[in-house]
Order: sequence, then C-alpha cells, then structure tokens
Amino acid sequence: MRLAIFADIHANRHAFSACLDVARARGAERFVCLGDIVGYGADPEWAVDTVMGLVDDGAIAVLGNHDHAVGTASETMNAEAQAAIEWTRGRLSVPQRRFLGELPMTQRQDDRLYVHSEASHPARWHYVRDTPDAARSIAATNAHITFCGHIHKPALYSMSSAAKMTSFIPTSDVPVQLLGGRRWLAVLGSVGQPRDGNPAASFAMLDTTTRELTYCRVPYDVEAAADQIRANGLPHWLADRLLVGK
Amino acid sequence: MAKSLIEPGVELDGFTIGECVHQGGMATLWTVTHPGINVPLLMKVPRVAEGEDPAAIVSFEMEQMIVPRLAGPHVPGCFGTGDFDRQPYVVMERIPGKTLYSRIDELPLSYEEARVIGGQIATALADLHRQNVIHHDIKPSSIMFRPSGECVLIDFGLSHHNQLPDLLQEEFRLPYGTAPYMAPERLRGVRDDPRSDLFSLGVLLYFFTTGERPFGESETLRGMKRRLWRDPYPPRKLKADYPPWLQEIVLRCIEIEPTWRHPTASQLAFELAHPEQVKLTSRAERLRRDPLSTVWRRRFNQGMTVQRAKSDVSEQLASGPILVVAIDTEEGSTALNECLRRTAAQLLSTLPSARLACLNVLKLGRVTIDRTLDEQGNNKHIDRLVALRHWAQPLGLDESRLTAHVLEAVDPAAAILEFTRANSVDHIVIGARQSSMLRALLGSVSAKVAAEAACTVTVVRPPPSAAKQD
Repeated sequence: MRLAIFADIHANRHAFSACLDVARARGAERFVCLGDIVGYGADPEWAVDTVMGLVDDGAIAVLGNHDHAVGTASETMNAEAQAAIEWTRGRLSVPQRRFLGELPMTQRQDDRLYVHSEASHPARWHYVRDTPDAARSIAATNAHITFCGHIHKPALYSMSSAAKMTSFIPTSDVPVQLLGGRRWLAVLGSVGQPRDGNPAASFAMLDTTTRELTYCRVPYDVEAAADQIRANGLPHWLADRLLVGK
Repeated sequence: MAKSLIEPGVELDGFTIGECVHQGGMATLWTVTHPGINVPLLMKVPRVAEGEDPAAIVSFEMEQMIVPRLAGPHVPGCFGTGDFDRQPYVVMERIPGKTLYSRIDELPLSYEEARVIGGQIATALADLHRQNVIHHDIKPSSIMFRPSGECVLIDFGLSHHNQLPDLLQEEFRLPYGTAPYMAPERLRGVRDDPRSDLFSLGVLLYFFTTGERPFGESETLRGMKRRLWRDPYPPRKLKADYPPWLQEIVLRCIEIEPTWRHPTASQLAFELAHPEQVKLTSRAERLRRDPLSTVWRRRFNQGMTVQRAKSDVSEQLASGPILVVAIDTEEGSTALNECLRRTAAQLLSTLPSARLACLNVLKLGRVTIDRTLDEQGNNKHIDRLVALRHWAQPLGLDESRLTAHVLEAVDPAAAILEFTRANSVDHIVIGARQSSMLRALLGSVSAKVAAEAACTVTVVRPPPSAAKQD
C-alpha cells in the first residue's frame, strides 16, 4: 500500500492542494496528516474541511500544537503565531474546531507510529533538532517507523540493534529502504511553511510493501499563498518567509 | 532472530540454495539458482548469530541498500534481497574467475600491465562515483574482471551512497576498513569524498609495481595515523627504472590532501590511458621522502585537521569534467577557432578542476595510401600537435590540465565519437562551418557528433560578420 504523509499544512491551500495532486498522481492509496493543519496560513476553513474529508475516507490524523492552540488559550506561542491563531479561531466553525480539538496525540498503524512532535513526550511539543533528540523519541516506542513533523525541516534518523544512531538529510525523490533490522524516525518537512531554505512544499510517500520512503518536493504558487496572507491582515513576515522557505 | 534458513536444497523466495563456496568473517556465500535467471548467481548471507562481529550486520545492511541500486558492467547485477525479519540475504551475479588478490605472488607486475589494470579500475570507479557511491574498500580482493576485460568492483559493505543514509556513520569508534589501503581523511571520519577511492587505487598501483605497500601493514590506529603526515618512499627509490610518468600518477593518487589528487576517477583513467601526455612535476623525479621539517609541519599544523563542509559527490564530479575541443587547423578556420577558444575559456572559468583535450583529426583518404610526411617532408602529425598547443596557449591552462591529440581517421566524426567514448569525455565543443562546399558534399561533422555523442555537445558558430572575414 502507498501512503502519502503530510505534516504542518498550516492552512496553506495552494501548497496542500499541489501536494495532494502529486500524491494522487503517484498512486497514494491512504493519507496521513501529522498535525498543524492550521496556523500561519490564510485558508484554515478549507484546510480543516479537506483533512476532515480525507479522515472520512480513512485517513489518519493527529493533533499539532497549532491545532491544539485554536481550542485552548493556554498554549504559549510567539506573537506572530499567536496573532494567526486568534485570527484562525474566529474563522473556524464549531464543528471544525471540534474536529481539531478531538484529534488524538498519537496514532498507531501496524508497525508505524504517527505523532506531531516526537514520541517521548508528545504533549510537550519538543522539536527533533539532532541525533540525541531522535534517539529519545525512538527509545520511547517499539514502532519500526515513527513519523513526525513540527520542525519544518526534513530529516531521517535510524537506530541500529546496537542502539547506534545515524542521521541523514533526505534527497528529494530518492527512495530509501527502511531496513527491518533497525528502527527509524522520519521527520517530515512542512507542506505549508518549509523552513529548510527551499520554498517548495514538502511531503513523503511510503510504500508499505517495499518499505521504501520517498521525500517529495512540490513547487506551488508561493506568491499567491503569500498575497492571501497579506490580504487577510496577518503578520507580513508569515507571507515573506514562504518566498524564501525560512 | 530465527535460525538460519540457508541449507543446500532449501528454497527461499524462489532461489534454490546450492553449495557454500566461501565462509568469511562477515558473511557466507552460496551458489543459488532461480528459474528464468540464466546468469550464475551467488547468495551472500551475513553472519548475525550472537557473538559475531557487529560490523557484519551494518556492512550487510549497507550492501542491502546500495547493491540493488547499482547498474552497469562494473558491478555485479543484483537479483534479490531479503530483510532481517525473516532471512537476510543479497543475491548477486556470480562473476567468474578470481579476484586481483590471486596475482599477489607475481608482484611486482610490469609497468605496462599495471598501467592497464589501473586504468580498468579507474574506469570502474568513475562509473561507480557517477552513481553517487564511494566504494571505500578498494583493494586487490575487491576487484575482479569480466571475460571481456571490464573491471568489476565487489563488496560494498563499507561503501557510502551520497543519497542514502550512511549506516556506518556513527557505528564504530575507529574507522573501519582495510588498513593499508585506507585514505588519510578516513582517519578523520570523512566518508563522502570520492577521492578516497583514488588514494586506495594509488596504494594498489604502488604495491603492484614495486611489491611494497607504501604505508606498511600496520592495523593499529597509531600506525595508520602516520599517513596523515609521513609520505612513503617514492617508487623510484625502490626501483631505479620506475617510469617518471607512473611515479607522477601514483604519488598524486596518494597525496595526503584529497584536493591534491586527481579531481575525478575519469581524469585518472585519462592519464593512465595517455602516459606520454602526463604532465611531470617535481613528483615524477623524487627520490626521497619529504624532509622532516615538512613532516612536522603537517603533524602539528592545526589547519590541516579542520573538518570541511559536507561534500556533494555529484557536484564534485561535475566540477572536474573532461572537455574536448575539436579544432580544425586548416587555413580559413581562424574566426571559428577564436570562437571555440572563447567558448572553452568560458567553460573552464567556471570549472576549476576540468581538463581539456584538444582534438584534431588528420583525415586519411579512403583509397590512397597516406604518407605521414607532406611534400616538403614535414611530419603532418607533429605539425598538427604544434598547432593545437598554439591554439590552447592563450587559455593559460596549467599543463597538467591540458592534452593535445591528433587522430588519424577516414571519418572525422567517428574518430571524435570513439575518442569521447574511450576516454569518458563529459562535454564536446565543436565548431560548425556556416556554409561550405565540403559540408554540402560530405555532410556535417558537428551534426553527426551532436546527434550521436553520449555526452553534452556544444556546437559553436562564429557570428555572421566574423564568418565573412575568412
């Protein structure tokens, strides 16, 4: 089965619809959403409705910190993110907010674990910045592969049977076989707000039969997404950063 | 993990196990057959039982990832893999014959034979590096030859694939590999420089031509680290008749700093194919090792041990291409040749490691018996070489980056294409004559080259005003 996995959509309709088109063209049969459907971007209603539709058709979705913040005022964020969250809260309907609020922290599917931030303390929203962070996450689960997002920069970590770690910056469109003899943490780049210097939208595909994971990059109309952020009165930096992928 | 399923007669994923042909420290090799596969096959099975070397698992995992992605005549074909959750194995094409290790008792080999073997290995390495893979264990026992003469590289357990996770990255405290052949930068943890393989090939060439290993056989880290500052005896010190061009090549391969070695395996293969054109530097004549002052400077110079940024294998290869410029030395080609030189200069200015081969074809008649001397008794071949060098002179290229070749052929386009193929040329620059009676009669050389070459071709045309001046 071919899975398409999306993280950090952040209400970016242009980016997410481009990724969905590519994923379907590449034969995706099921979808996974790793959280942060909203926040930063200008199209939260569409983003939530689209994910709700996918979930109705069998997709898996987990909670992100921005999704959580829409429902609770207690989540602490920087000023720009907070401004976007408050704007988003006003845009979403009650059923949309309820959908976000009821998303689970983690989901398990066969030997795979899906979580927004990392597996050791999912509710603390820690970033996986380096190999020790990745080792902590892998050690906290018995899943063969953990998928997460949150940091907006793609990376792939593995732990050998002797608990030795490897780290790797994935090459786009080069499938990596996630060998059965070790355990893996696949950190996805962001669909709607990439921060690795490449403005193209990021997602990944997993072939569960061959265990091949492919990181994909999708060019999309970044200007249009940025214009929409500005037109809605959201902080301009949230538009500018899309153009440079930072 | 389950007990090994491998026994003679057992069938696994369609492969029927035959006999065990090798039992090594890391893996066992079995012959296998599969209906519908007609080449001889080998199944490699790692030793993963309790108490075995942990390196066996990791190096098997590397092969499991890398071998199925490799293609071409210089690697064994891969026909299937099995993962650890059932029975780990890789099924590969069985290359007939023995490895180069079987020649060890015959050392030293003749310089000519070593040159040919070195060229075959360099060509295979170039092909491997183009596939983003660094072998990291080049030594006689990982080298075989097909009956057609092509070198085949085997054993990818220590290899690095530039587009896949490097599982050996943090696995071992000490660099893992074959001590006598290991490049110095490997001792500093560098695993992404393809020139590490050129170092190993240089050690092999030194060993095969002198019978001595340049860095000894020490397996201790202390013994291996000496190569970070201590250079070996020049081969001429061991063998007085050692050809200067060969010493130049071998000592360049085993330079301590990767940037002083040949930029790419293709360029090394090119030098081995054209020994008469190897630019001799002070390396060629050297009879002594570096003075102690130099050795001490290397040993205590902090700058040399600074880690460099991660390198991109394909980018590094692309910065050191082999360019060919096809030049017509006939009268009336001045404007075109000027344009060719300008194009070459522009390309070279962005490619600091590129090498340039200037090519001219001395056209032979189909029927007449050509004489190498013209009516005045001048040697046409030499005249053309002089003209090529004269053309290249304004480029101001270091001679180690420049060669000139006069090919004698009936069909110029075919000769240029053959040279390109044999020397793994990356880019041809060729002029097109705007309008000529000859072109109308014989067809265009540049059009045929552009249509049939396997590499990039730039066809240069002089601006219309310049063309008229001729």
